Amino acid sequence: MEKNKINLGIEILVIGGSAGSFEVLLQILPNIKPNLKFAVLVVLHRKHNSNTSIADLFGNKTVIPVYECEDKDNLMPGNIYFAPPDYHLLIENDRTVSLDYSEKENYSRPAIDLTFKSASDIYKEKTAGILLSGANRDGADGLKYISENYGTTIVQNPNEAEISTMPNEALKLFEPDYVLGTKEIIELINSF
Amino acid sequence: MIAADIVSDEDLELLLIEVASLYGYDFTEYSKASIKRRINRICLIDKHKSFAELRYKVLNDQSYLSRFIEEVTVNVTEMFRDPFFYKELKEKIIPQLGVNPYIKIWIAGCSTGEEVYSISILLHEANLAHKSIIYATDINPTVLEKAKTGIYPINQMKLYTENYQNGGGTEDFSSYYSANYDHVSFKEYLRKNVIFSTHNLASDRSFNEFQLIICRNVLIYFDKVLQDKVFNLFDASLEPLGYLALGSKETIRFSNLNQTYKQIEKEKIWKKIK
Repeated sequence: MEKNKINLGIEILVIGGSAGSFEVLLQILPNIKPNLKFAVLVVLHRKHNSNTSIADLFGNKTVIPVYECEDKDNLMPGNIYFAPPDYHLLIENDRTVSLDYSEKENYSRPAIDLTFKSASDIYKEKTAGILLSGANRDGADGLKYISENYGTTIVQNPNEAEISTMPNEALKLFEPDYVLGTKEIIELINSF
Repeated sequence: MIAADIVSDEDLELLLIEVASLYGYDFTEYSKASIKRRINRICLIDKHKSFAELRYKVLNDQSYLSRFIEEVTVNVTEMFRDPFFYKELKEKIIPQLGVNPYIKIWIAGCSTGEEVYSISILLHEANLAHKSIIYATDINPTVLEKAKTGIYPINQMKLYTENYQNGGGTEDFSSYYSANYDHVSFKEYLRKNVIFSTHNLASDRSFNEFQLIICRNVLIYFDKVLQDKVFNLFDASLEPLGYLALGSKETIRFSNLNQTYKQIEKEKIWKKIK
């Protein structure tokens, strides 16, 4: 599935996931090696009103610092950021985060499509996007948008995804650079 | 499919400057990513095929202005949104306010009023409503008209009741409104001590001194420069030892208020200590 592509140096890795993605992230994030040259930004659909912080859940499993974004946080290379529940997350030219509490998109807030588009608008070809398991079609259009802006796109292998709807929706739209299992995703991230 | 943006960064800047000078609504210091998305969204919904088309409509059709403002500003809100926030307000802040002979609260960016009725309910339950005034302001006169009516869709009441209860509310939530087909009207006494008024945080000054200012999920739409101006406006509008309450992902961390305000507990409520 791999296309011949010159790796221009990734500056942001955006990961989108919904139902069935949490477990995958628990495998991926702790295995990312430290000293990344890019920021990792995760948009995960999850229940609002839970009082537990996602940063705490992942933070003690990873070597890399994990943060849940607040408004105007700076996306720094080497860190992992999560979009907070119930806000859309957009990125500014100066690579700070703007949160947005407007209408849901694809029945979702945060909407993966919005953050994928925003990352692609700012980081252009230096954007890498991964779409994981999920039961709706959020993220498919956004990943295609990243691809059209010459970013690197990865879709979780639908056969491995707990719920294959989201990866399949992306594969219906376009041919991503990679369709990979969890192990290969980890290897690829560590090769960026 | 994600449509390509109709309005570019340069277009956006031009339009916002023109709107500010023509109408006095200054959006030039709104956060770019957010407002660009809003304006491209208007183009899609109202079927403007080019930036020139949108610009012509906005600059030449005054009746379109209110629609423009309504779409550019976000008016999504809930009653008792973030119940833990309301719980802290109810348990830690409102009793403190009660020691004052009278209580002045400013809800800045009140949109369609859901927060106003939530706060009013807390004041009534604390038996403080009789000596309280709530100033509820928004940039947008259309949403204020809606706020004044206190009429909301009945299908929201399940969520609002849950929020209310999770926030520590123990009364029968339905006693605060009367249902009418698909809508409910919140009781008249809940807005008796509320003054609704337009106020533009980007350009208007301080107009009173308050013991509590609530401004939730408004600053996220402003850039850092404007955020700083608004923080100074709030500081000038807060009595010593007054409280400032923000949205759950907003922070004073990046502002100079960081030195003179102290966060109370977990929620985004700070006390002015100097």
